[in-house]
Amino acid sequence: MSTDDNDDTRDAPAPAPANARRKGPPVSLKRAQEARRRFLRSVAAGVVVVGAGLAGYIPVASARSHRLRPPGALDEADFLASCIKCGQCVQVCPVQAIHLGDITEGFGIGVPIIAPRQQACDFSCDAGQCILACPTGALSYSKPAYMGTRKGARLSRLVVLKAKAKDPEPTLNVPERMGLARLARPEGCLALQGKGFQGPARGAAFTGHMRYVDVDRWKPIPVADHPYDRPLCDLCVTECPIEGAIRMEPLGGEGPARARPVVLEQCIGCGVCEMICPAEPAAIVVDARQTWGNEA
Amino acid sequence: MKGRFLEQLAIMLGRAPGRPAINDEALRIHEMKRLSKREFEAMKQHARDHRLVTNKWRNRRWAVLIAVNLLFLVSFWLDIQMLEGALTASRFVGFHLIDLNSALQVMLAHKHIIVNLFIGTATVFLLWAALGGRSFCSWVCPYHLVAELFEKLHLALAARKLVTDHEFHRGARTVFWLVFSALAVITGYTVFETLSPTGILSRALIYGPSLALGWVALLLVFEVVYSRRAWCRYICPIGLTYGMVGTLSPVRVLYTLDKCFHEGDCRKVCLVPHVLDMVIKGRAEAPQVPVGPDCTRCGLCVDTCPSGALKFDVKGLSKLL
Repeated sequence: MSTDDNDDTRDAPAPAPANARRKGPPVSLKRAQEARRRFLRSVAAGVVVVGAGLAGYIPVASARSHRLRPPGALDEADFLASCIKCGQCVQVCPVQAIHLGDITEGFGIGVPIIAPRQQACDFSCDAGQCILACPTGALSYSKPAYMGTRKGARLSRLVVLKAKAKDPEPTLNVPERMGLARLARPEGCLALQGKGFQGPARGAAFTGHMRYVDVDRWKPIPVADHPYDRPLCDLCVTECPIEGAIRMEPLGGEGPARARPVVLEQCIGCGVCEMICPAEPAAIVVDARQTWGNEA
Repeated sequence: MKGRFLEQLAIMLGRAPGRPAINDEALRIHEMKRLSKREFEAMKQHARDHRLVTNKWRNRRWAVLIAVNLLFLVSFWLDIQMLEGALTASRFVGFHLIDLNSALQVMLAHKHIIVNLFIGTATVFLLWAALGGRSFCSWVCPYHLVAELFEKLHLALAARKLVTDHEFHRGARTVFWLVFSALAVITGYTVFETLSPTGILSRALIYGPSLALGWVALLLVFEVVYSRRAWCRYICPIGLTYGMVGTLSPVRVLYTLDKCFHEGDCRKVCLVPHVLDMVIKGRAEAPQVPVGPDCTRCGLCVDTCPSGALKFDVKGLSKLL
């Protein structure tokens, strides 16, 4: 085994290079060349790594408002900045509504997302467990005053959870909405067509869960295990976890009874209506971050 | 000693180790080694022949690293709530723990610190200040373990002359640390988290695989074919953050000059060989020299040293015992 590189006594300075103006101890040509290459390599690595990091801005800039975040999330830019990407919110959610963003989300990597059509937040936990779990205040019951509130983001009053309606404290302590529901595809809406609905809302293979207070208040069950039978489809209204967030407006006219779901100010944007809607694709959807009075 | 402390900091930030002033006692030992060269060679051979091949510290370290990361996993999957979260931030039986570099990124990007964040950060700071700073890297970071395994592949290929190690300037890591801190402040986003293989691997382990693993794979390929352990050595700002925390740590590897045969095996296995500059013949400035703060306390040098010149040491404790 060679010990050459481990013996200071043999590490004598090599003959000085031609460049005599150079300061410091003399360095061999080979070493000087290697040092120069190493420097250039380091600069190249720097450019590549920082560039790769900054590339994370592209998905953020191009999809800023398209992600539904858990309840109590700060505004998007503040949320991405303050989220420490640990997933504690994922772990406490009783219906596993939250998943973490992948690297395709750029700076949103590891940041919680709710895809309501697959699994909406139905407030099964009653209190916003994800907010309690968040270590950085990215999810927060009351955000710091200096951050300000977008007009129409704040609910006119704290929403009442249907499941808690008989409790002494029936409200959900989340002052701002996550988004707002919208009848995006009225042509698909069964109620508008005067149609009823029988069977499991999203088919037998659907994996989403929801709590049904009349089944078990504390244990969410698969939506597929809870079939419905409605002469006129009104699932988005009856399954909404919030009181007075959406109602059915009967339509007059000839033929079978028809009705239109109307979203009200108390809609917090949880996405249960989007998850439960039996139409394919969903007739009613949640627009993430949408505010009341500013609908498109 | 104060001069040495600053020198060690400068070496961690990227300066090449220089030749230190050597004290009289150390000089005597250095000279003695040269005076009785034949005897010295014979002792060296003897030590080599009788060396105990051991992976004691490596095995302990791997066990701890795997246990910690598995605890995250089973806490979630079995819902036992021992260690909830991921490496970036977690709760150990309810106590907040926040990774120092992630905390730094969030604080700089968000510019607002809430109580839980502060508590978790302070707890982890004290923990790693006591346990050795960069010991986080080798004893906890999942990327360290994966990179260590791929390093074996790199070394095997290098031995067959199929790849060569290309070094970078170690100061690059300091620049990265500054750049990523500045980017967090300027952009308001935690830019480094997008790239951090530590966070990516920890989350993938707990919450399931992600496309982000492709980035980690890319890094590993780069390390195998182009530059040995490049991420940990030249890039990762997490290592520097914990290195700073470890500057005052009592847990370190201690070098004993008169036991050393200057074979340099330790420097061949070391992730950060510049911290072992004192093992070079004629370099140690005192009979005992503590290894600097950039050391990850991985113990590979302790395992590999045939003569017991490198040992783990807890400052103060050894004297007390």
